[in-house]
This record gives sequence, structure tokens and C-alpha cells, in this order.
Amino acid sequence: MSAVPRDPAALPRLGWTLAALVLLWPLLRLADFEPVRLLDEGNLRAMGHFIRGFLPMETSHDFMALLGKAMVETLAMATAGIALSLLLAVPLGLAMTRGLSVSRIGPGRRAWIGTLVRALVRALLAVLRGVPELVWALLFVRVFGLGASAGVLALGITYGGMLGKVYGEILESTDGRTARGLLEAGSGRVAALFYGLLPHAGGELVSYTVYRWECAVRASVVMGFVGAGGLGQLMDQSMKMLNGGEAASILLTFLLLVLAADGLSEFLRRRLA
Amino acid sequence: MGFSLKGVGLTHANGFRALRDVDLRVACGERVALVGASGAGKTTLLRVLAAALRPDTGRLSLLGTDPWDASPATLRRLRARIGLVHQAPPIPPRQRVVTAVLAGRLGQWPLWKSLASLLYPLDPEGARHQLARLDLGERLYERCDRLSGGQLQRVALARVLYQQPDLFLADEPVSAMDPALSELTVALLNEEASRRGVTLVASLHAVDLALRHFPRVIGVKEGQVLFDLPAGQVREAQLRELYAAEGSVPMAGLAVLPDAGQPAAAAPPPLRCA
Amino acid sequence: MRAGISPAGVFGLVLLAAAAAGSFAFLEMPLGALFTGSAAREAVAFVGRFIPPETDPAFLAKVGWAALETLAISLLSTLLAVLGGVTLALPAAGRQGPLARQAARFVLNLLRSVPELVWATLMVLAAGLGPFAGTLALALHTTGVLGRLFAEALENTPRAPAQAVTGLGAGPLAAFLYAVLPLVAPQWLAYALYRWEMNIRMAAILGFVGAGGLGALLYYSLSLFHEAEASTVILAMLAMAIAVDGASAWLRQRMAG
Ligand SMILES: Nc1ncnc2c1ncn2[C@@H]1O[C@H](COP(=O)(O)OP(=O)(O)OP(=O)(O)O)[C@@H](O)[C@H]1O
Ligand SMILES: [Mg+2]
Repeated sequence: MSAVPRDPAALPRLGWTLAALVLLWPLLRLADFEPVRLLDEGNLRAMGHFIRGFLPMETSHDFMALLGKAMVETLAMATAGIALSLLLAVPLGLAMTRGLSVSRIGPGRRAWIGTLVRALVRALLAVLRGVPELVWALLFVRVFGLGASAGVLALGITYGGMLGKVYGEILESTDGRTARGLLEAGSGRVAALFYGLLPHAGGELVSYTVYRWECAVRASVVMGFVGAGGLGQLMDQSMKMLNGGEAASILLTFLLLVLAADGLSEFLRRRLA
Repeated sequence: MGFSLKGVGLTHANGFRALRDVDLRVACGERVALVGASGAGKTTLLRVLAAALRPDTGRLSLLGTDPWDASPATLRRLRARIGLVHQAPPIPPRQRVVTAVLAGRLGQWPLWKSLASLLYPLDPEGARHQLARLDLGERLYERCDRLSGGQLQRVALARVLYQQPDLFLADEPVSAMDPALSELTVALLNEEASRRGVTLVASLHAVDLALRHFPRVIGVKEGQVLFDLPAGQVREAQLRELYAAEGSVPMAGLAVLPDAGQPAAAAPPPLRCA
Repeated sequence: MRAGISPAGVFGLVLLAAAAAGSFAFLEMPLGALFTGSAAREAVAFVGRFIPPETDPAFLAKVGWAALETLAISLLSTLLAVLGGVTLALPAAGRQGPLARQAARFVLNLLRSVPELVWATLMVLAAGLGPFAGTLALALHTTGVLGRLFAEALENTPRAPAQAVTGLGAGPLAAFLYAVLPLVAPQWLAYALYRWEMNIRMAAILGFVGAGGLGALLYYSLSLFHEAEASTVILAMLAMAIAVDGASAWLRQRMAG
């Protein structure tokens, strides 16, 4: 009987494993990966002291009032941010949708203008969402000295980019025959949108927006770390003063808020589905 | 002894009674075919024999042990000695043929060997030998999702051949093969069982295959043993009753037999069913 | 023919508009002021301050180093999260009984609900300033996310192959490696790559709370009103995110084959 051929996958496997191991070392160095630091006496003492401070949680009347206001501010930031992002996303998303292009069905004389506009819009959306919302927030806080408004603007920009792209994609992938029929019959773009596309895609659009609102709540929670108001700012201050009791109350509020937003969003989306 | 069932009944989780009051004694080294209509309970019976399903009534003894009375370690050792070829090959699609076949010995190998073999196949010769007997030796390093249905079924068969069990169970092992290949494969199973002196139980869809290759044939109907006879004594009327619901008796229908039949008479092997 | 908006939809829109108006009012943010000529002029001036980006070689070297650090944080944290996620996903998928399932789900939810940046502030306290804290923070949050996704994938995996291998007398670890992992691995990998894409973006801003990477540079540049430097850092962030997206897409495609 002839010899059994060697496993052809063995050599590549070995190669990839070695490459990964060789790469892992510099990665560990770069990230300063030293788990013993967790056991460092100073760190342990600081953390232990902080955590011991968790109980009792801070529940004084003044602090609860502050916490309540910060919580409402966080929710308001998320909601206002989404509202602002819609102002960007809806027109840009529609501009991206080929199914609503009038020039595409006509004798394509000016078709290239439409194509160019759509490419530009696509690039603009990519830049808007490419920069994380926290970076925008930091910029606005530092440059304009804004508070919570910086968070709203930041959310508006980044989420405008994300929503615009996804709106465009959803509209693009819906069945465009009705809309096309309407356009061919001479109706305007707005009518074609309302009668041709939205009946098919409406649920999905709203569902995605609700999901993004949930994400915006999570993002708003941390906006305060760059000075843009809300719960994060309170947390930042408590952490800087190593006040465990306050931090524990805020963390719990975080959790409740995020879980509630999670639940509400899931409930709404299930209703829409 | 091979195995024995006394008054075995089994009710599935949904309340369906798939086996009722089955009495069966199969001696060591016997070769038995199970036939019966679809839904008769063949798979259920084989899974009981593989110690994969626990009967809720009756007594069961496999290779001299009651699996459901034994300690977990004993049960594992017992299972390592029983090989079941499943009706639908339970092999992850992206797994390679060599790994799927070598998995047959997982019950016998120590853990370190199982883990090492996952990184680098430890016994490709063994796997290739069994595959070659099924005419699949060239596909050793192929991924299983690149095989045809019949080829995949042969990989599952090669796994159990490689396992070298003392109780060899096969659930419709040739259902995805053409008649000629079915004939050869069933002959191979019988030859392997006789050569190694182990007990073989195979359920077969095609009655003529069962009658041609197995000395003993058991007809199962509605979870009960309808007949249990030497192949030569099975009457047409009994087959008609067995398949009454289906209207006709299923046959593989290969007119000219390839050189299969009974294996050449050699010195009887030592039996392996302590 | 049906118009796109139903009565329920109109009600929803009105509710949304009210919520938005209420939010703007609460934040004392005059929305109208955003669309005035002076706001537009201010925006143009704002953008102008970031052009051109800083190209001083010494600064570029600093940015390059920080970018490498960011990449390391994102990769290591994703790797750790895969390990942690698998460890928690097995009990969370109900493989060790209902009690372990509940406990694992609770831990996963806890890990997931705390945002990365909050974990980072806590880890800075536990491990000191620097990229190690950032790595831990991202790993903790991502473990929560991946663990949940991994568990879902596990639950949707057919059980027959694993049962067959257990039927051969193999132990649970061997059964998992031979008959479960090959089934879920492609999906787990896709999830991990997707989280890596998110983590490179997060790793770039963890520096805001002192947890290493490009964020720290951006924070200092802006604190000192060096907008040109800030714009270089932002461009570096963008480039990294695009590069990681590409790498991840390439890997995904390779693995799918
Ligand atoms: N896991 C299960 N849960 C509930 N009922 C089952 C289960 N497995 C099998 N059954 C039922 O038990 C009966 C016997 O099934 P079994 O699989 O043993 O039949 P079979 O003889 O192997 O049929 P086939 O020739 O189609 O493979 C069938 O009616 C089937 O519906
Ligand atoms: Mg069956």
C-alpha cells in the first residue's frame, strides 16, 4: 500500500500559529500587558478602599436630586441627538436612493449628475460616522466650551451619518417597482416615496431608528467623561474624588437606564416586526 | 453474550410509544437485519442498543452489562465498545474526512491524544485504510461538506469501522447509495463482523438486501417484534403484513449480484463479546 | 393604494416630535440658532482651524506609536474577550444546567451593560494609568457582548453530532471540540471580527480617561488648543478604522471559503 500523504494543512497551520505567536509578543509589550499590576499593593489598596466605599450607597436627598436631573439630561441628550441626526439622515439617505432618481428613468441626459451627487453624499456620510461621537463631543466641549449641547451635536453628526447610510441601504433594497411606476407616471419624488417606498420599508426604518436610540442612550451615558453633561459627568467627578458611595449609586443608575432602554427598544421593535 | 432485551418499552418525550414490550436475545457474533416500515421503531431500537436512549420499562443487557445500572465511567467504557452508524451522518460539515474518521476512537483515546489529533491527525494510515475499503481513500483530507450524500455516509461508516466496536450497529447504512454500492457495502459489513467475530445489527430499507446477506432477520412493526426468523424462513405473507401500510415490499432490486453472498468459510474467529 | 403613514404612525411621529421638543427645551438648546448665518460662519471657522493637519515628523512618530498602541489594545482585548466569552457562553447556553445558565447570563448582562468608558475609569483605578487598563476595560465589556452572541449561536447548533461523539464514549471536552466547535466556529469568528471593528474605534478614545492609545494625544492637543495636531490624530483614527474594516472583511471572506 502506498504511503499515506502528509496532512496538507499542517504546514500552513504551523506557519499561522508561529506568526500569531511572534505577533503576540509585541502586542503584549505595546499594551503594557502586566496582569501582576492588578495585584500591586498600591492599586489593590486604592481599589479596595474605593469598593469598600460602595456601601452604603449615597442616597442623600441632594445627591438623588442631582442624580435624577443627570438621568433626565442623559435621556434628553439621546433623544435630542437622534432628532438632530434625523435632520441630516433623512435628506441624505433619500438623496442616496437610486430608486427615487428621476433622471435614471428618463432619457439619461443628466444621469451623471445624479450619480455624482450620490457618490458625494456617500462620502460625506462616511466621514460623518467615521469619527466617533465622543471625539466630536470633545471637540465641541474644548473649542466652544459647550456642555450638554456638545453631546447633542456630536450624536447628531455621528448618528446622522450612520442612519443616513442605513436608510439609503434599506430603501435601496426594498422592492422599487411601485415607486418606479409612480415616477414613470410623472409623479414627484415625495409622492413616490410616500406611496411607493414607505409602505414596504417603513417598519424596518422605524425599527432601526429605535435601535439607534437605544445606542444613543448608551453613548450619552459616557458623554460626561469629556465634559458634555449627563450621568457621565457626575461619575467622572465621583471617580476623581474616589467617592465609592456616589459611584455605586451612579453605576446602579447606569445599569437601570441601559437595561430600561434595552427593554423599551426591544419591546417597540417586536411590536413593529 | 451479545445483548438481550426483556420487556423493553420506550416512550419519547412527546409521549409517543415507539417501543413496546420488546423481547430479544442476540448471541455473540450473530448478524441480524432489522426490517420494517418507516416509523416502525428501527432507529429507536438501535439507539437503545447503543445506550443512547434509556428505555422506561424492561431489562437491558449489552455485552453483559446493564448500561443504566452502571457507573458513569463504566457506561463510557461500554459505549466505547459499541459503534452506531447513524441514519443521517452526524458530522460537522466543515470537518475534514480524516478528523471525522479518527473521531471513532475518541472513547478509547486518552484526552491528550484526542486534543493532539485535532491539531495534527495522529493516525492517518488507520483512517485511510478504512476509507480505502469503502473506495474513498483519496478523499482523506477533503472537507466533509464537499462530499456527496453517499460519500458522506461512507465516511460515517469508516468512522465506526475504525472504532472497531464489539457491538456493531448500523442504521440504514446504505440508504444514500446506489444498488450496486449498497450490495458491496452490506457485504463488507458482514465480512468485517464475521472476520472480527463481533455482533452486527443493521436496519435496512431494502428487504432483499437483508435476506441475501444476513442469517437472521427481525421484522419490526409499530414498536414490536413481528417476526424473528432465519433468513430462509421468512415468508412473503409476513413481509406483506410488515409493510401493509406502505402497500408494497421495498427492494433494492439488483438482479445480478456482485460477488457478495456469504463470506468464504474460514476458521471461525474468536468471539469478542465478553 | 396605501400611503406610507398609518394613524398609529402619525401618533408615533407626534410623540417623537414632542419628546424631541421637550428634550431640546430641557437642555436649553435653541435649535433655531443652529440654522442661522452666524452659526454657519462659526462652523466654517471651526473647520478652518483644523486645516492643515500637523505634519512635524516628531509629532507624526508620536502619533504612529500611539496608533500601534491602539491597535494592540483593540486586538488583545478582543482576544481576551473571545476567551472570556467562550468560557461564559458554555454555561449561558444551558450546557451545565439551569442554575449555571442563569448565573452566567447575569454576569454577561452585567459586563455588557456597563459601557467601555466606565469600565475604563474603574480599570484605571485597578491597574493604573495606561494601555493595560484600556485593554482590560474593552475586554470586560466585549466579553459581555460576545458571550451573549456566542451562547445564542450555541443554542442554535444541531446537537446530533455532539450526541454521536458522546455515544462513542468520549468525554464532554472532546465532544465539544470534535462536534460543536466546528459547527459554531465560523459564526463565532464573524462576531469576533465585527467586535474588533468596534473595538478599534473604542480603543482610540479610551485615552480620554487615561487608558492609553490615540485618545490621550487627542485629549492633550485639544486641551492646549493645538487644533492642527488634533486633526492629525483624528485622521490617524479614521485611517486605523478603515484599515481594520478592510482587514476584518478580508479575514471574513477567507474564513467563509
Ligand atoms: N425524538 C423523538 N421524539 C418523539 N418521537 C419520536 C422521536 N424519534 C422517533 N419518534 C417517533 O417514534 C417512532 C419510531 O421512530 P423511528 O425513528 O424509530 O422509526 P424508524 O423505524 O427508524 O423509521 P425510518 O425507517 O423512517 O427511519 C416514529 O413514529 C417517530 O415519529
Ligand atoms: Mg430510522
